[in-house]
Amino acid sequence: MFPPIPNPTTAPVAPKMSDADLVRRSASGSPSQVEFKEPVAKLIDVSKCIGCKACQSACLEWNELHEEIGTFNGTYTNPPDLTPASLTLMRFTEWVNPETDNLEWLIRKDGCMHCADPGCLKACPAPGAIVQYSNGIVDFDHAKCIGCGYCVKGCPFNIPRISQVDHKAYKCTLCSDRVAVGQGPACQKACPTQAIVFGTKTQMKEWAEGRIKDLKSRGYKNAGLYDPPGVGGTHVMYVLQHADKPSIYAGLPDNPRISPIVEAWKGVTKYVGLGVMGFAALAGALHYLVNGANKVSPEDEANAEKLAADKLSSGGRS
Amino acid sequence: MSAPYDLEKGDAVHPGRPVQVDRYTVGARINHWITAISLILLAISGLALFHPSLYFLTGLFGGGQMTRTIHPWIGVVLFFSFAGMFLRFWKANLWKSEDGTWMRRIRDVIAGHEEKLPELGKYNAGQKMVFWGMSLLIMVLITSGVVIWQAYFASYTTIEQQRIALLVHALAAVAIICVWIVHVYAAIWVKGTISAMTKGQVTGGWAWRHHRKWFRELVSSRKSGTRGTPAE
Repeated sequence: MFPPIPNPTTAPVAPKMSDADLVRRSASGSPSQVEFKEPVAKLIDVSKCIGCKACQSACLEWNELHEEIGTFNGTYTNPPDLTPASLTLMRFTEWVNPETDNLEWLIRKDGCMHCADPGCLKACPAPGAIVQYSNGIVDFDHAKCIGCGYCVKGCPFNIPRISQVDHKAYKCTLCSDRVAVGQGPACQKACPTQAIVFGTKTQMKEWAEGRIKDLKSRGYKNAGLYDPPGVGGTHVMYVLQHADKPSIYAGLPDNPRISPIVEAWKGVTKYVGLGVMGFAALAGALHYLVNGANKVSPEDEANAEKLAADKLSSGGRS
Repeated sequence: MSAPYDLEKGDAVHPGRPVQVDRYTVGARINHWITAISLILLAISGLALFHPSLYFLTGLFGGGQMTRTIHPWIGVVLFFSFAGMFLRFWKANLWKSEDGTWMRRIRDVIAGHEEKLPELGKYNAGQKMVFWGMSLLIMVLITSGVVIWQAYFASYTTIEQQRIALLVHALAAVAIICVWIVHVYAAIWVKGTISAMTKGQVTGGWAWRHHRKWFRELVSSRKSGTRGTPAE
């Protein structure tokens, strides 16, 4: 058993995370020197999950969210997708292992992966609406969010959801408010089987290693850790029985990365675009300085008057 | 005989010193300025969300949320307003053989040597390219814009389609702002032009210098303004 995080003291403690710990802010320059804190991570061991949805309930409860009553859609996945209120969601997949012909029930807790290289943050146009703390947590600042939905396009995992009520983006915060006072996320606290554990990223990798060894000894020869390098690694990691094919777990991306289209849009387009517009304006100004105005001459007016007068006389009118 | 392609409703000559030529009707001018104001507001609000260094421009619209809300609606206004302009102006903007000549002598155009250019209809090739460029880009912008209109249309397309729409929207916006710069610069550079869109009139000399073919057509047609001769 992974040693549980002790309950907090009742005495007030200084927060462990603040604005001074931001390593990245959306649509802003790099913050000045930040003392890097030990990166944290949540490890979700899919092989230990029993699908009880205690994590989903704990998430709603801690974050004071209320999911609308939905309709049954034929699966255990409920609600059918992430919503602005459901920041985490158990996704249930029935998968027949072609090697053993066994039905395997794959239950993956979906939610923000807290990428080291966050696509949402790169796509966000509102300064400071998306931030990354030095411990790796990627968080949304709703006071600054403008509801444009760019984060949705930037995310390689299709996680953020825009509320139709307040038009702001919502996703898992990794319970940054709890982590700031030395606690683990609410979902981890509620998990009855320790399928969710929380600690430093190093600890989590070590713990995952033991789990993978155990799974391999039980015949899951492709068991492994999901910490995709395409996004610089993530601060939410999975232990998967079949780490060679993540996509069987309700479409977990095999090789997630920020879309090259988003990179092109937020990279070269942004700078070249401003440059081209600036150049056009400058070229106009230069042309005017060099060539001067294109003026109508008195001869032009005289020619026009002559032509109009000829017309008048041929029109038979004085 | 059918009327020349480039004579638009309201175009007329008033003899005098100088000769005055009606170029744009009141309707056309109102239509133009609604489009112009929309385009400028769209450019400002769009640029605010395009580059972080311009985010402060959201303050002009009441903040980031308001900018995000209002930008697409201004786009809708522009789309319909421009559609009106398109219906007014498309015929006079059809490509003619003298436009090719004008394009080949672009050096003379830039140098202001009008005497080396062919006589032109109501619009020169540059104006026609602005017209067709705006028309094409506005179609691209409204289409890609609807795809990325999060509040109402997010559920109709895939995220991958929305990513493409974002890139296309940004590129088309840069292009249309450049076309707009050309349009505005030409109006400033060629003196006597702006009154066409304010008072609706240009002088005969301006018409003679820049759009002589159109001017001749106006003079030889019976459209001599309100004091003109009646049809036989």
